[in-house]
Parts: sequence; C-alpha cells; structure tokens
Amino acid sequence: MSARRVLAPLALLLLACIGASLLIGSAQHATAEIVFEIRLPRALLAALVGAGLATAGALLQALLQNPLADPYVLGISGGAALGGVAALALGGGFFLGGAAVPLVAFAGALGASLLLYAVASTGGRAPAHSLLLTGVVFNAFASSLIVFVTSAADLSRVASVFLWLIGSVRLVEPALLAGVALLFAFGLAIALRHAYALNLLAQGDETASHLGVDVPRVRRQVLAASALMIGASVAVSGLIGFVGLIVPHLLRLTVGSDHRTLVPASALAGAAFLVSADTLARWVLAPIELPVGALTALVGGPLFLVLLRRELARLPS
Amino acid sequence: MSVPLLEASGLRHAFGDTPVLDGVSLELRPGRLMVVAGPNGAGKTTLLRVLAGTLRADAGEVRLAGVSHAELSRREIAQRLAVVPQDSHVPFPFRVREMVALGRAPFLGPFGREAPSDVALTEQALAELELHALSERAYPSLSGGEKQRVLLARALAQGVPTWLLDEPTSHMDLGHRLHCWEWLRAWLSATAGRGCLVVTHDLVLASRFADELVLLERGRIAAHGTPAEVLTPARIASVYGVEARVGTDEDGRLLLSLVRSLRSARGQDPPGNIR
Repeated sequence: MSARRVLAPLALLLLACIGASLLIGSAQHATAEIVFEIRLPRALLAALVGAGLATAGALLQALLQNPLADPYVLGISGGAALGGVAALALGGGFFLGGAAVPLVAFAGALGASLLLYAVASTGGRAPAHSLLLTGVVFNAFASSLIVFVTSAADLSRVASVFLWLIGSVRLVEPALLAGVALLFAFGLAIALRHAYALNLLAQGDETASHLGVDVPRVRRQVLAASALMIGASVAVSGLIGFVGLIVPHLLRLTVGSDHRTLVPASALAGAAFLVSADTLARWVLAPIELPVGALTALVGGPLFLVLLRRELARLPS
Repeated sequence: MSVPLLEASGLRHAFGDTPVLDGVSLELRPGRLMVVAGPNGAGKTTLLRVLAGTLRADAGEVRLAGVSHAELSRREIAQRLAVVPQDSHVPFPFRVREMVALGRAPFLGPFGREAPSDVALTEQALAELELHALSERAYPSLSGGEKQRVLLARALAQGVPTWLLDEPTSHMDLGHRLHCWEWLRAWLSATAGRGCLVVTHDLVLASRFADELVLLERGRIAAHGTPAEVLTPARIASVYGVEARVGTDEDGRLLLSLVRSLRSARGQDPPGNIR
C-alpha cells in the first residue's frame, strides 16, 4: 500500500483525537485557558510520547526480527527510567536544568539496548524466549536499582517517583516539551533514513548483508534512534507499556510490513493511540485521573500473551 | 581468457582450533554451473559465507570479477553477486511481491525509492518463476518449496551475473526441483557472462546439471572435475562411506546407484554440521 494513502488518513485521525481531547475533561465549562494551557500541551505531549514509543517498537521489532519486541517489555524503558531516576536523585536535573533528565534517560535506554542486543541475539536474530528472559531479568534489575537509588537519595520523593514509574502524561514546562520534540524528531529522521534497510534487516543479518546493507552501521544508528525516542518518552511520562507492541502490530495487519510506510505510520498511529488513551484515562473515572500507563497495560498485556502464544507455537524450539 | 566471475585462492579458516577450510582454491568461469558437494562438516557452508563476503577467511583471497572482496563495499558486492539461501525465516507478513522486490535493494537510491525499471524487473522475476498467483500472499504462509521459488525470484530481480545458491531446491518436490534446475541452466545460457555455484547434497542433480563438481572433504578439495570424473565408486566410498555403483544410461547420462552405507551400525556418526 502506498505510503501517502496510509499516512494522510492517519494524520487526520491524529488531529481528530487531539481535537476530541481538547473537548473532553472534568471542567464543566472549559475556558480557553483550560483548553489551550492545560489540555493542549498535555495532548501534544501524549502525542509525542505515543509516537516515540510506537516508532521505537517498530524499529526494535525489525532489528531483533521479533514482533514481540516492545521498549517496556524488553527493559529498555526500565533502563531509561533508571537513568532518569539517577539524574533526579543525584541532583543532575538541578544542575543541568530539565534537559539532563531526557539525556540521561537516553543514555540508560541505549545501555539497556546494547546489553539486550549482546545477550539475547545471535546472528542478529533474537528468539522470543531469550529476548523475553533478558527483558524480564533486566527489568527486575533496573527496578531494584531504582528502589535503591530513590531510597538512598531522598525519601520525600519516593511517592512521586513511583507515580512516574506507573506512567502518566502530565503537564511539563514548554521548554521540556520542546526538548522532547527535538529528540523525537532527530530519532524519527534517523529511522526514516533507514526505513528501507529495516525491510532487509527484518530478513536476518546475513540476508541483509547479501543485499548490500552495512549491517553493523545501520544497526548502531537504528538502536540509537530507538533509544533516543524511548529516553525522551520515559523522561517526561515514565513507564508507559505496550504502546510499541500494540501499534505496530495493528498497523502490520492493515498497512503491511513495508517499513517505509510502517515507520511513519507507527509515529502517527502511536500518537493518536496515546492521545485517545490519555483522554480516556482522564474521563472514565472523572474527576479522578487514571495513570495512562495502567490503561495501556490493560489492553497490551492480554494482546502480548496472545502474540506470545502464537510466536511460541510457530517456533517449537 | 576471460576473467573468472568468482575466484578463491588459498582459503583457510578455523573456528577455534578446528580448521574448517584448509587451502581451498577454485574459480567460477562465465557460463559454468559449478556444484560444491561433500559430507556434513566438510566446510561447504563456511566456504559459501566466505565467497559471499559475509565471513572473512583467516587467510586467502576472494575476487569478484577480478576485484578483491576487501576492496568492495557490501553494496558493491551485492551489485555483482546474488546469494540464494536454503531458508529464510521472516517473522513478518511481507508479501511475496515485496520479498522479490528486495532483490533491487543494492541498486536503489536513498530511502529505497523504486524506479519504474525496478518494478518491471520485479514483475518479470515473478512471472519467470510462476509466482504471479502468489504475489499478494504473505511469505511466511507459503510452503517450503514455494518460499524457495520466491528466493530464486529475488535473486533474478537482483539482475546480477554471479549467483551463489545453498541447497536452493531442497524443499521442493521432484517435479519442481527438476524444473528449477532446468530453469537455472536456461538462465545461465540465456546471456553470456553468467555463472552459478550451487552447494547441494544431491549428487544425482549435480551429475545431471553441473559442468564442474567440487567435492569437499574436511576443508579440502578432495576432487574437482566433471561429474563423471569426480563421482567414481572409489571416491564415493572414501568421502561418504557409501558403496555406490556408477554407470551411464543409453544417452550417456551418469547413473548413480546407492548400494549401502559402509559405516558399521555402531560406527562413528558423521561429524556434525560445522557452521
């Protein structure tokens, strides 16, 4: 399916979702102030985070040749969170301004990706079981370190850190929003540059190499791009799981597997998905707000199990 | 004399202390179909990877149309050489047409934009391998033999003169298998300057279609010549441990009759496939 025929409707869908999120809320009579200073920035942030996580999911799935790859499940978000928490606890955020948190979270995501890659994959291919085991273990490791760091640093912050870890879209300063947008744009540009090569990498490292791809170079850049987007997303909204799993999976069923379409479509659909999920999270129990991470996990957990079952049935080993 | 399409000289490679290639030299000349055969663990897979340039041998050199692999980028190698693997596990539902179109990858510009000529070559390859009826099917849903036809079509779409094939018809039934080998011979002679090297265990097909047969044994070339020169009962016994009778039919084609394995029932197992 041609990219334009897919991307234009998805862009419209995203606009519609953002529009709806501006209209829906707990205030009975929303003033312009509420709409433009509270709901709009929040919708934009949700859009960026959703786009980042969904695109990173699509990249990781191609890179690891495994449709189960998701930044949260694999512990890459956990690595980013560890970086972010460490930056907050050690006061880096204070010295470098808010920008330190996304950058350190990026470093954490990159470290986790490299570790995952080194442990779980052979010849570029990561079988489901080794991928998931590595992710589970790294997640456990990262959360214990997070607990350690928060306990050691400052008890008064523990509550807010744990809220952050569940994953929620909150208001952030405009400067931070802009920083996240910049990191995301940079990551997306790299991803689009290599979108075609991802079609080849999805065939296996050996085949990609036979068809002319400089595999180590492309892999490095794509891993960095996914870590950028994950780091930026986690820094502002904590651990929101399964977006990177759900969105590319649904897209493959509808628009196909060509990454030249799939990568930009993941960005648009991921944005639309998280904006709607966040609107729903504000609305279902209003005036109480659910953390959106709880909502995505509610949908993503069961879907993940269905996909896992299918994947394991296909590969008896 | 024309430059060989592919030329390997003095290849040596070891995994740890185990030598896998121990002084292999060969050249693939234009118009020739060369088969490389040998028991499991003889080094066929390693040889193929070294020839394809995905594995750098410890010693020796591979030249592609006269230019050393070391001087070529991955893309430049792919613009001259196609590799057809035995299997390709693809966990995503790429359509058959998309799979075949990937053969054009080494020639596409940035962002993988396809020119009309790339689309035309893809369509031609689909037609040549009778894949049009399957072109919208998801590749992972195909049978093993159908997948192998897709991989052949991908190499055809690549449009390069030199092919390396690893058991390209192993999952096909007898009819398709024979048809594919005939097709390969026809491809070879359709234009001057083409050549292919096929790794296979199937000595019957090799004897029927190969111009040259290279028999590998423990990383060395045990024999190299026409199938009739290479496939003698004594050599089959020493390399494979199989008692065989070799004759010719009334058209002069080689007949191979396998009598029995010469390994004792509890004798040594064939060495495992070393990769």
